Amino acid sequence: MRTVIRNGQVIDPGNGINGIRNLYIHNREIIGIGSKPAGFTADREVNASGQYVLPGIIDLCVRLREPGEEHKATIQSETRAAASAGITRMVCTPDTFPIIDTPAMVHMVINRAQDLGYARVHPLGALTVGLQGQRLTDMAMLMDAGCVGVSNAQEIVKNTLVMRRAMQYASTYDLPVFLTPRDAWLQGNGVVHEGEVSTRLGLPAIPEAAETVGVARDLALIETSGARAHFDLISCGRSVTMIAEAQDRGLPVTSSVAIHQLLFSENDIGAFDTQYKVMPPLRTRQDKTDLIRGVAKGQIAAICSDHQPHGADSKLAPFSEAATGIAGIDTLLTLTMGLVRERKLDMETAVSALTVHPARILGTNAGHLGIGAQADLCLYDPQKNWQLDQHTMQSKGRNSPFYGVKLKGKVTRTMLSGKWVYQ
Amino acid sequence: MRAPDSSIQFDENGHLKHFLTVNGLTRKSLVNILDTAESFINFGQREIKKVPLLRGKTLVNLFFEPSTRTRTTFEIAGKRLSADVINLNASRMSTTKGESILDTVRTLEAMHTDLFIVRDKASGAAHLIAAHLPDHIKVINAGDGRHSHPTQAMLDMFTIRQKKPDFSRLKVAIVGDILHSRVARSQIHALNILGVDEVRVIGPRTLIPTEIEKMGVTTTSDLIGGLEGIDVIIMLRIQHERMDGQLIPSEQEYFQRYGLTENKLQLANEDAIVMHPGPINRGLEIASSVADGSRSVILNQVTNGIAVRMSIMAKLMGGQEKRS
Repeated sequence: MRTVIRNGQVIDPGNGINGIRNLYIHNREIIGIGSKPAGFTADREVNASGQYVLPGIIDLCVRLREPGEEHKATIQSETRAAASAGITRMVCTPDTFPIIDTPAMVHMVINRAQDLGYARVHPLGALTVGLQGQRLTDMAMLMDAGCVGVSNAQEIVKNTLVMRRAMQYASTYDLPVFLTPRDAWLQGNGVVHEGEVSTRLGLPAIPEAAETVGVARDLALIETSGARAHFDLISCGRSVTMIAEAQDRGLPVTSSVAIHQLLFSENDIGAFDTQYKVMPPLRTRQDKTDLIRGVAKGQIAAICSDHQPHGADSKLAPFSEAATGIAGIDTLLTLTMGLVRERKLDMETAVSALTVHPARILGTNAGHLGIGAQADLCLYDPQKNWQLDQHTMQSKGRNSPFYGVKLKGKVTRTMLSGKWVYQ
Repeated sequence: MRAPDSSIQFDENGHLKHFLTVNGLTRKSLVNILDTAESFINFGQREIKKVPLLRGKTLVNLFFEPSTRTRTTFEIAGKRLSADVINLNASRMSTTKGESILDTVRTLEAMHTDLFIVRDKASGAAHLIAAHLPDHIKVINAGDGRHSHPTQAMLDMFTIRQKKPDFSRLKVAIVGDILHSRVARSQIHALNILGVDEVRVIGPRTLIPTEIEKMGVTTTSDLIGGLEGIDVIIMLRIQHERMDGQLIPSEQEYFQRYGLTENKLQLANEDAIVMHPGPINRGLEIASSVADGSRSVILNQVTNGIAVRMSIMAKLMGGQEKRS
C-alpha cells in the first residue's frame, strides 16, 4: 500500500522541517518527503491542503483505568480517543487494579492495546511492589516484558533508602525511573496550592516546598545512583530551575509538565470548581509563567495530558472529596496549539514537546517524519472550530474544565504504522 | 468583578438568593441586615414571639457536623418567623461510598423544602448544594469547613455595632487559630466591607495562613504589642483536636503567649470589648475572669444570633435586595 499526503504543512522539528511538502508512505514506513521517490505510484492520495501534518503525538502520562476501573474508562475507549486526538503512543502509569508490578500485567496491557490497534501503549512498571514503597519489583523482568520505565505513580516513596536502592537497581539495567517529586508530610491531606486561594477558600493546602523538597531529594539520589530519571508533572517554577541546574551539571534528568499547568493557576479554582482539582495542584500565576518559559527554553522537554478519566459524578462533591484530575487526551494537541496561537510557545518548541522530545525520553526512534521512520502521524486542521461535549469527547471520562467550551483546531486524521486509525 | 465564591449568591436580577459568604456583599446590604435585625431584637420579650413572615414555609436545618448553639438559634429564628422547622443531624461518608451530599439534599428537596440551613465539615459544601438546587430553594451557610460562617460574622457585627456604632474608627484584633477558622474569615470580610480602620490578626505563625494579608488584614505574632489601640478583641476557639504538638506545643505555652487575661486586656483601649464565637475553652484562650467580666459581650453574641438569623432569613425569603 502506497499513500501520498499532498500539500500539507509538514511540521517535523526532529528533522528541521516546517513547510508545505508531500509525504510518501509505503506500508508502515515513510519513504519520501518533498520529492517523490523513484518509481512511486500512489494507491491512495490524501489532500492535506490547509492542514498541518505532524508526527504522531507521544503522551508521557495517561491512565487508561483498565484493569480494575473499567466503569471509568477502558484501554479500548481511551486508545480510540487517543487516535482521534492525534496521539499514537502513550505511556500509562502502573496504578491500575491490580497494579502493574508483574510481567503478566505488562503483557496484558500491551497485548490488549495491540489487538485493538488504535495507539501504542507503553506501560510503566511499578517501582515498588504494590506501589507500597517498601520492596523493589522485578524490574529487569518488567523491562523484558516491555516496560519503558518504572514509576511509583502518585504514591510517594517515603523511605529515602528504598528510593535510593530502587534508583540504583533500575540503573543497573539503564531503566528510566519516572518520578513525581513530592514530600508526603508536606503534601499531607492538601488539595490546593498553599497561598492566597487556599487561605480565602479555607481548603487544606500543599506548599510549594512539598514539590521542591521532593525534587531536591530525588536529584541527590540520582546524582549518587546514576539512574536515568524523568520528573513527571512538575508544577513549580522553582522545580524548573533546580532541574535545569542539575542538567547543566550533566545529570541524566528530564522533565515534563501537564498541559493544564501551562493554562491555569490556583485562581482558576474560583468558587470551589472541582474541574480544576489536580495533583500536583495548580500553582500561582508566576509558576504558570515560569513553566511556560521552561518549555520555551527546553528545560522542560515534554508536555503531557496527565489524562485521568472519571465519570461526571466524581466531581459532584465538596472540593476536598471530589475526584482528582482531568480527562485530557482529547484536548492535548488543541490546547498546546492554542499556546502557539497566543505566541507563548513557538511552533517548533510546541511540536517538539509533544513528539520528538518525549520519544527521546523513551529512548525510541519515533516522534519524527524522517525517511525510514514508522508512519505514525496526524493531520491537524488549525482553523476547525469545535466544542468539547458528549458528542465530540471520545474519552469515556467526562471531567474536563473544557467540557462545553468552544475550541479551535482539531485533528482530522491519524495514521498508525501506515494505517489510518482515525478519519 | 465580584468575588468568585460570591457570585452564586445572586440571581440574574442581582437579588440575594443564598447567604453563603459575606465576601462580595455590599456595605449597604450588610447594614440592611443589621437594621432589620434591630427590629427583631426585642422580640424575645414579647408575649407572642412570632411574626408570620415565613408562614407555610419549610425550613430544614441540615447539619452534617454536630452543633448545638448554631442549630438551636436557627431553629428559634425560623420558628419565630412562623416557618415549619425540621432538624436533621445527618451523617455522611466522606468518600464515594454511601449517599452523596447531593443525594441527601435532593431527597429533602423532593419533600418541598423552601430553605436549607447547611453545615458541613468540607469547605465549599454549601456552595455545592446551592449550585445544584432549583432556583426557588434558598440556602444559608451555617458553616462550611474552614471557609465561611457568614451568619456568625453578621451577629458579631451586630454585637459590635451595639457597643461601637461607628465602624470607621475601629481597630479590631482577631486572636488565635485563624488557619482553621471559618468564623475569622467571615469576620475579616465583614469588617472590611463595613469599613473598619484596621483588622489585626494575632497568633503564632503556625496558625496564621499564608497570604492572609491579601484578605485585608495586618498580622502580628505578638499579643502584648498587638493589643495596643484595639477597640474590639475577638478571641477564637482553640480546638483540642488541633493540639497535636505541631501547631501549638502545649496548652500552657499557648495560654502564656496568647491567652487573654485581665492584665493583657489592660493593653487594649480602656473601653475595648471582648468577643468569642463560643464554645469557650476557659484557661486556654481566655481567662474565666475576662470571659465573665464587664468587657465581655460573649452572651450578647448568643442573644443577638437569633435576631440576626431572623433578619437574614427574612431577607432571603421575602425582601428584595438589589446588588450594586
